[in-house]
Amino acid sequence: MANTPLLKLEDLLLHFRTTKGIVQAVDKVNFELAHNEAVVVVGESGCGKSSLAKAILRLLPKNVASYSGKAFLNGTDTMAMDDETYRTKVRWNQMSMVPQGAMNSLNPVLTIGDQVTEPYILHTGASKADAEKQAKEVFQKVGVPTSFFNRYAFELSGGMRQRTIIAMALITMPDLIILDEPTSALDVLTQANIFNVLKRLKKELEISYILITHDIATSSELADKVAVMYAGQIVEVNDAVKFFIEPLHPYSRMLMDSVPRLRGVKEPDFIVGQPPSLLNPPTGCRFAERCPKRYGDCANEPPTFLHNGHQVKCWLYK
Amino acid sequence: MENAKDKRILEAEMDTSEDFTKKGILLSVQNLKVHFELRKMGFGRVGYVHAVDGVNFDVHNGEAIGIVGESGCGKSSLMKTILTLYKPTEGKVIFDGMDLANLTTEQVRKYHSEVGYIQQDPYGAMAPFMNVERILAEPMVINGINSVEERTKRIKKTMEEVKVFPVEDFLPKFPHQLSGGQQQRIVIARSMLLEPRFLVADEPVSMLDASVRVEVLKLLRSLQEKRHLAVIYITHDLSTVRYFSHRIFVMYAGQIVEKAKVNDLLKSPAHPYTVALLAATSDPDGNNAKVFKELPPGEPPNLVNPPTGCRFHERCPKRIDGLCDVEIPPEFEVGSMHTAQCWLYKK
Repeated sequence: MANTPLLKLEDLLLHFRTTKGIVQAVDKVNFELAHNEAVVVVGESGCGKSSLAKAILRLLPKNVASYSGKAFLNGTDTMAMDDETYRTKVRWNQMSMVPQGAMNSLNPVLTIGDQVTEPYILHTGASKADAEKQAKEVFQKVGVPTSFFNRYAFELSGGMRQRTIIAMALITMPDLIILDEPTSALDVLTQANIFNVLKRLKKELEISYILITHDIATSSELADKVAVMYAGQIVEVNDAVKFFIEPLHPYSRMLMDSVPRLRGVKEPDFIVGQPPSLLNPPTGCRFAERCPKRYGDCANEPPTFLHNGHQVKCWLYK
Repeated sequence: MENAKDKRILEAEMDTSEDFTKKGILLSVQNLKVHFELRKMGFGRVGYVHAVDGVNFDVHNGEAIGIVGESGCGKSSLMKTILTLYKPTEGKVIFDGMDLANLTTEQVRKYHSEVGYIQQDPYGAMAPFMNVERILAEPMVINGINSVEERTKRIKKTMEEVKVFPVEDFLPKFPHQLSGGQQQRIVIARSMLLEPRFLVADEPVSMLDASVRVEVLKLLRSLQEKRHLAVIYITHDLSTVRYFSHRIFVMYAGQIVEKAKVNDLLKSPAHPYTVALLAATSDPDGNNAKVFKELPPGEPPNLVNPPTGCRFHERCPKRIDGLCDVEIPPEFEVGSMHTAQCWLYKK
């Protein structure tokens, strides 16, 4: 059990159908996540990182063109399950999600206590009293005063609402929580507080996270591993400590160079050009057009190479 | 030569050795208070939101100021009052010797032509039914530049300045056909068309992607240096301020708690709130994940009933009981051009 990864994605693919053609939002994604590990998926807007979260949790819209690949959760391929089994066995029991902007989607006419207990009652069949007890325990863990149980969302500050949403994802004690931009709408101090909560939960409850964000500086607060996404593909998966010092893929390097820093004297630089459209992505390496190190091989799609045990999708590491 | 200039722009921080005080004061904000009335069901007054509560500062010609604060601290209300969109409840805003409260309609129009404004959301700031050419022509039409040739000439020149090439391809485009970075460039071009002396930028890069953000910041900085613009740059992100301002003002709950030159503020922050803000801002580092951050508890106070005394005292680790919770601290001098509104620095 300890040796099987918690989550293993093999060639996960999610394409959408639109009036203009097929959008290749998630294109053959491979990575592994161990127990009690946090992986950060970084990328610019439109690179498919939110679609990746949806693909992992099978929260699909109606216009899916193709959805394939394998996703092993604790060794079982969840892609082979039918929707009903998936809903009862996986979603919220083993994996839950904090969607983007969820703190602003709390139901205004229900108390937060009611909203947090609901998934617990639905997914474990517990009684209302048990659920309430569990909810209050989770409230304490994320730092929401239990006296807030009967309050409404509008009576809470942004930070408290975000904590409530995390409590909701946590109440069934899943192994994995997917966080999609959990702090992007919050202030600096509140943001840092939420990250403290997430770190503590990881330490105490041995939870794993997939954190999806475009904010590289704050993502380093949680990361054990970093996965860089570009134009629907994962171009690098690296150990966080190594990644923040020396990323491998040319895109990751340039992305890291573009981060403004508070300390140190390194001048940020920008990446010329724009990411390709996912409607008709280039056939070779998708970053080639903007890459300062491109050469002949780049006209063909690079496979994922292993460089000192880290995945990198670039011909330079052939 | 070109290279040397580029290199200077590439230096990590702005050159703050220049003494702007000699260049004269362009904008002066004196004891400014902006309060908003709270009404109950449309009848009767139930209180005031003290959005801006006693703010004093001067901006010199050619000086870039960064105002940093969390959401709801009153930085946008302050900015809108400077743009004459709100009326001050108390105190004055003086631009180039004129009190903005006493301007006639004609003078207000003239004032607006001297102030450029860059909005946070570029897409929301442009009319979706106008093409780029119309969007850029509009301020000139309003300000009586009637010659079409003159307008086209200026549009082309400004678009080249903000690096939207090739100009002809972009003129007929509509805002939704542009990328986020291009949209923000058009908004910047629009604010520059009337050749203002003073620029207000409200979170100009917060909606942009990381890789584009730096590009736009650099563009703003080169415009600022080339045109000797006085700038107020409003943001919540301390890490970008240092690339685009000479002095930083830190705002908390309607008041400016600390003013200092960029380097002084980053190296030796004085006010406990500034210290907390700096500690909370992360730099990408793989070791961050292993440590917990020390942070002040709680959240910014409600501005309807702000706490007595120092606004930060409830969260402050260095609170002096009997003083901080009773009396509002005045501005104390901490160093040269460095002041903090905090009792710790009482002489």
